[in-house]
Amino acid sequence: MSAIVTTLEQRIGRGATTQEFFVNMGPQHPSTHGVLRLVLKLEGETVKDVIPVLGYVHRGVEKMGEHLSYRQFVHLTDRLDYLSALANNWAVAKAVEKAAGIETNERIETIRTLVAELQRIASHQLWWGVFGMDLGAFTPFLYGFRDRERITDILEETIGARLTMNYIQPGGVMFDLHPDFQRKVKEFIAYFRPKLEEYETLLSRNIIAQERMRGVGVLEAAQAVALGATGPVLRASGVAHDLRKSEPYGVYGKVEFDVPVGARGDCWDRYWVRIEEIRQSLRIIEQLIENIPEGKHLLVKPAVRTKVPEGITYSQVETARGVFGVLLVSDGKDVPYRIHVRTPNFNNLWAITRIAPGWRVADLVTMISSLDIVVPDIDR
Amino acid sequence: METHELISAVQALEPAAVPREKVDRAAVVAPVERFLELMARLRDEPDLRFDMLCTHTAIDWIAEARLELVYCLYSTVHRHYLVVSASVPREAAVMPSMQALWPIAEWQEREVYDLFGVRYTGHPDLRRILLDDDWQGFPLRKDYRDDFMLEGPK
Repeated sequence: MSAIVTTLEQRIGRGATTQEFFVNMGPQHPSTHGVLRLVLKLEGETVKDVIPVLGYVHRGVEKMGEHLSYRQFVHLTDRLDYLSALANNWAVAKAVEKAAGIETNERIETIRTLVAELQRIASHQLWWGVFGMDLGAFTPFLYGFRDRERITDILEETIGARLTMNYIQPGGVMFDLHPDFQRKVKEFIAYFRPKLEEYETLLSRNIIAQERMRGVGVLEAAQAVALGATGPVLRASGVAHDLRKSEPYGVYGKVEFDVPVGARGDCWDRYWVRIEEIRQSLRIIEQLIENIPEGKHLLVKPAVRTKVPEGITYSQVETARGVFGVLLVSDGKDVPYRIHVRTPNFNNLWAITRIAPGWRVADLVTMISSLDIVVPDIDR
Repeated sequence: METHELISAVQALEPAAVPREKVDRAAVVAPVERFLELMARLRDEPDLRFDMLCTHTAIDWIAEARLELVYCLYSTVHRHYLVVSASVPREAAVMPSMQALWPIAEWQEREVYDLFGVRYTGHPDLRRILLDDDWQGFPLRKDYRDDFMLEGPK
């Protein structure tokens, strides 16, 4: 006697097989964070292989750099990783200052450190919001953007731009701090500390979010290093490599902060490391904001065409996503002979080809988001 | 390790390596013939342990008709840097791939191939990475021209 009620398995038919197929994820997919295309080799829902296809926003920044003065090149760097614009500016300024022997003062370095840390917080806030949305939670997105707005306002007052900020130049910063800067930063810290606890309650302690992050997309420490991963991606795998600690620049050598390090290298560790980094950045700002040294904010003529002596200089800074390096090759002129930018995202991206196989498509979205990719920085 | 110690350590491994002048950190120029062997030892020697390939790029020295391939190495164990470079002729730019030593080289080399036209032997997937597959020429070479380029003021 046949059953009246059938099961789904009977409806599909026993022995239904799956086959491998290729699916394009992107270039216009919301969770690829910009125009990144991933070609996925799938077997059912399971990811077999990921092939990133780049170049949709390649602008030839390095070629343009060969025709621009050093100060002009600063203006291109904020179009790379637009969430770490100030750190990128700084990397160029640092390279030119090192190569040409330009001095800075304590005030300049303090201002640079302050604005770079503010932007690191803003970047992590945006990441946190978008990460929540990638997991299917809409509220974090609103919270993240609401609080990021405060930092954007503070920086806008001093710098004049909200996103593509050009502020740090060789020999100083372009404008002095706005008179309200100190007061507003202090207000922001008082406002944001409790909000960060809210973030934790909303997403970190959410069981669904935890289940989707823990154990997903494990990147081993040795693998992360060999893949050239830096920043929170590397630190989540247990390697405490942070340029702010290992080769202090700015005034990082004078402030106390910890380098959060993960244990397993899964999505949860990458998440946790970034949340913890927000706390450390707040700590750094608190130590600096009370006593900003007096002095000039710019020690060269504003539009000077700096000549850099012949040679190669490589300078790096720690952005919100990892090591941003500038390799500057000069033949003694006021434009670089060759300028190469080593961007953190280009190197971090490839971890996805190692950690994604074997997971479901939905987990792939979590993993991409946990790598915190900014595509213009990959494509340059 | 200090700069001079690093350079002598490299020279102990490869006598033909010479220090590269005018670089802000330890830098050597090594011959192309035994380059892969040298890099493998730089990665594995316990005193050196260059486990990270920070970046790899090229410089087009057009006046000397050569491309200088630059490898910036870092050791997360000893926290020291080393810049290793090698020169290949512009017209026959061939280099062994470092992909087996540092997997990130696979993509960094694709970029150098894309923009400079260096061919890497032993590379599993040498395709253009940033430009279209049918792009003509290698834009970061100094003599590159195309219809869309503007001549800058002289």
